[in-house]
Formats: sequence, C-alpha cells, structure tokens
Amino acid sequence: MYVAVKGGERAIDNAHRLLADRRRGDRTVPELSLAQISEQLALGVDRVMVEGSLYDRELAALAIKQARGDLIEAIFLLRAFRATLPRFGATEPLDTAAMQVQRRISSTFKDVPGGQILGPTFDYTHRLLDPQLDLGSDPELPERAPVSSEDMPRVTDILGRDGLIEASPQADAEVPVGDLTREPLSFPADRDLRLQNLARGDEGFLLALGYSTQRGYGRSHPFAGEIRFGEVELEFVAEDAGFAVPLGTIAVTECQMVNQFKGSATQPPCFTRGYGLAFGQSERKTMAMALVDRALRARELGEDALAPAQDEEFVLSHSDNVQATGFVEHLKLPHYVDFQSELGLLRRLREEFEQDAGNNGAMQEAAE
Amino acid sequence: MAVLVHAASDQIAALLAEIAPPSAETLREPEAGLVMVRGRIGGDGAPFNLGEATVTRAAVRLADGTCGFGYTLGRDRDKARLIALCDALVQRDDYAPALETKVLAPLRDAQQTERQQHAEQIAATKVDFYTLVRGED
Repeated sequence: MYVAVKGGERAIDNAHRLLADRRRGDRTVPELSLAQISEQLALGVDRVMVEGSLYDRELAALAIKQARGDLIEAIFLLRAFRATLPRFGATEPLDTAAMQVQRRISSTFKDVPGGQILGPTFDYTHRLLDPQLDLGSDPELPERAPVSSEDMPRVTDILGRDGLIEASPQADAEVPVGDLTREPLSFPADRDLRLQNLARGDEGFLLALGYSTQRGYGRSHPFAGEIRFGEVELEFVAEDAGFAVPLGTIAVTECQMVNQFKGSATQPPCFTRGYGLAFGQSERKTMAMALVDRALRARELGEDALAPAQDEEFVLSHSDNVQATGFVEHLKLPHYVDFQSELGLLRRLREEFEQDAGNNGAMQEAAE
Repeated sequence: MAVLVHAASDQIAALLAEIAPPSAETLREPEAGLVMVRGRIGGDGAPFNLGEATVTRAAVRLADGTCGFGYTLGRDRDKARLIALCDALVQRDDYAPALETKVLAPLRDAQQTERQQHAEQIAATKVDFYTLVRGED
C-alpha cells in the first residue's frame, strides 16, 4: 500500500535557495562566465557533450555551471534539455577521412603518411603541478610551421588496401539505423546500437572495462592503429530546401584499434578492429570505447565470451551514467513504508526465533 | 554558402547591410531543434547514431517569390534567418554578384586566414624522427 505523505515544501524551497547561494560561493570571488568554462575547462565541456549526447558547447558550459562542476549532474541536465526539442532528422554520416586534423598519431607505423601530429596533448608532460598557473598565465603564442599538403589517410585504409585488416561492415539499405533514443535497447543488439550506447556511455565505466580486457579478461591484443582529433563538416538533407545544406563543423575524436588477427579455412588471416568515436577532444573515451567495441564482437568473431567486457547485456545495460545515477540515487528518496514493513517482518522473525530457542531449551532440559 | 555557417551572425549582418537587401517575409520563424549526428562504423562502414546536435532553421520569401532556407548548428535564431536571406539572394541575378563580393568573399578570406594560421600551429607539432647512429665497430 502506498500512503501519500505531504510536507517539507518549505524545507525544499529553502534548500534550493541555499544551493543557489553555495553554487555562487564566496561573493567576493568573481563569478564564472560560460565563455570561461567553455574556453578554459574545454575538456570538461567535451565530456558533458559526449555523455549528454548533445553537441552544444554553450549549453554544456551552462550545465557545468548549474551543476557546480558535478559532470554527471551536468550530463543529466543536458539530457533533460534535449528532450524538449524537436528533431529535424539525421545528418549525412560524417567523413573522418576529410577531418581538419588537430592531432593524429599512430602507434603502429612510425612513418605513417601524413605524419605523426601531436597537437594539443597532455602526453609527454611531466605531470608536475604548475604554480605558474595560479599567478595568472599569459602563455607564449604557439610556434608555427609550413603546412604540408600531404594526404592523411586513415591507417585502417592503408592496411585495408593489402587486405591485412577486415573491412568495415557495409550498410544494408533495407535496415534502418538503430536508435536507442527511440526504441529501448533489446538483446542481442547490433553493432550500430552498441556503438551509440558506448558513445554516450560513462567514460569511467568504459575505461575500467577496456582496462580489464588488457589485463586478461577478454584479451584482444590491441594496437592504437590511429587516433585523430579535429573538425569535420556536417551536412543535412533538408526536406524544405530539397538538398544537402551545410550545418557547420563539429570537433570529434576517432580511435581505430587494430586487434588480434583471425582467419579460417576459407579466409586468410587478417587483423580485426574496434572503433571509437566521440564529440570533442575525447581521447581516453574513444580508446576505451574501441577496446570495448572489439570485446563485444566476441560472439561475431567466434571467440569465447566469458569476460565482463564481452557480455553485451552487462555492458550496455550499465554504461549509461544517467540511468545508473537515477537508480542508485533513488535510494535516498523516502522509503519509509517499505522500510516499516521490513522492520515489522524482522521483528516477527526475531520473536519466532526467540520462541523457538526457548522451546528448544525447555525440550533439552526435559530430555536431560 | 558553407562560409555563412562558419561566420558569426553579427559579422554576416554587418556585411549584408552594405548591399541593402530587400525586405523578406518570414516563411518559417527561426526554430531551434536537433539533428542526430551520424558516424560510420570503422570510419567508412555502415552508419550509426553518434549523438545529437542543436540546429536552428528558418525560411524567408522575397517579394518576387524567391525562397531561401537557412540552417546552422547552434541556437542562434538571427543567424539562421540571415542565412535564409542570403540563400534567397544568391538565387537572384541582381543580388548574387554583390552578395559574393561584399559578403561571402570577405568572410571566406577571413576564415581562410584563420584556418591557415591554425593549420600552421598544428603543423609545428608534427614529429620529425631521427635515428641515433650506434657505434658498433
């Protein structure tokens, strides 16, 4: 039985008013602007866009400010916002080969065509805290160098030319692209749905799962074939205009994992692959995603699926941090009635236990 | 026209003012919405849904019936309408040349310069490998 309990409105109002005050913090400290968050906490903004599954830097910055820097809360806010807007349709699939690259590295070929381009990276920094940043920083302008006109093919395209790596699965015109924002996930899930789920999945969860495959729980011998980050053009076939219109560019990161090879009686051995793609500069996320994507292909590739990262239902059902937060955090909502019934039951069981103990004692005495 | 989506709305408005565009009636009020951004499995395979992006669209009609449609990432309503207006003007022989020289060309040049500068900064982070010669005699 549910019993409606009312009350607490004033406490709630006051709690929210207190929250607004604490969010502002010490009022003698200048307030953060959205531009400051977007420019100076750019990777936090990227993460909120990725897992909030909505590309809009300004809104993600607002969400971070409103959530006091709690990124999962910010992701929740962004997801809630997207539910208020109509969807005009789907873009043309973006072309990562035509990316305006800001960073591109391969750990498989030193002399990859187009070169190794480090871009803005934490790699090779010493991870020593820099007190200079506390004093206000005015860094040197970046060094410049002549731009090479050399093409920058994807490493997987290079391997693919010699048939050394499996080809990507091609689209079946009969089958619409799966969309888990429209249809709830069901199992087994096709790779398009799995990638959509992983793309919006929690970075920490995917990182741990990817790591687990490296430590032996579903090993797949991965190499980071290529990681690239930069801007890609988006095009949308607008029904009213009747043609593909340019929408602008978005920043994305792509990771091509090159994995353990495989062959059969009919097919010569070739490398297999795992794929990661995410909004913004999200290198750790796309690497983890690619490892987990590859792990989830175990069944398709005829491997034993015994490790957690290979268990599609386990991975896909627990990757979403908004869902996970909802269920974990609902525990703090009132469960007074539930708990009362448990308490009543427990008391009765204890009474019975004590009575039995009493009876047994009496019987034992009688027997002696 | 791709040059317009990369420009800020006040930039477009300032340049457009110079060619004295005709008045246009609103065919579709600027409206914010979403598009589902698609990627490809493995970069070159079957499409999958990556996540959504905010988009604003608008449509206008000139007095002679020419229609223009404007779409842009983000939630800038003015920009969507300005792009729609430019889309209509580019179809008009009497406006297209001025639109090109006074609006599109300057924006294109500015964007090109910025892109070049950016690319040069990135190019400076390209790795030059060298091999240390080992003395093994």
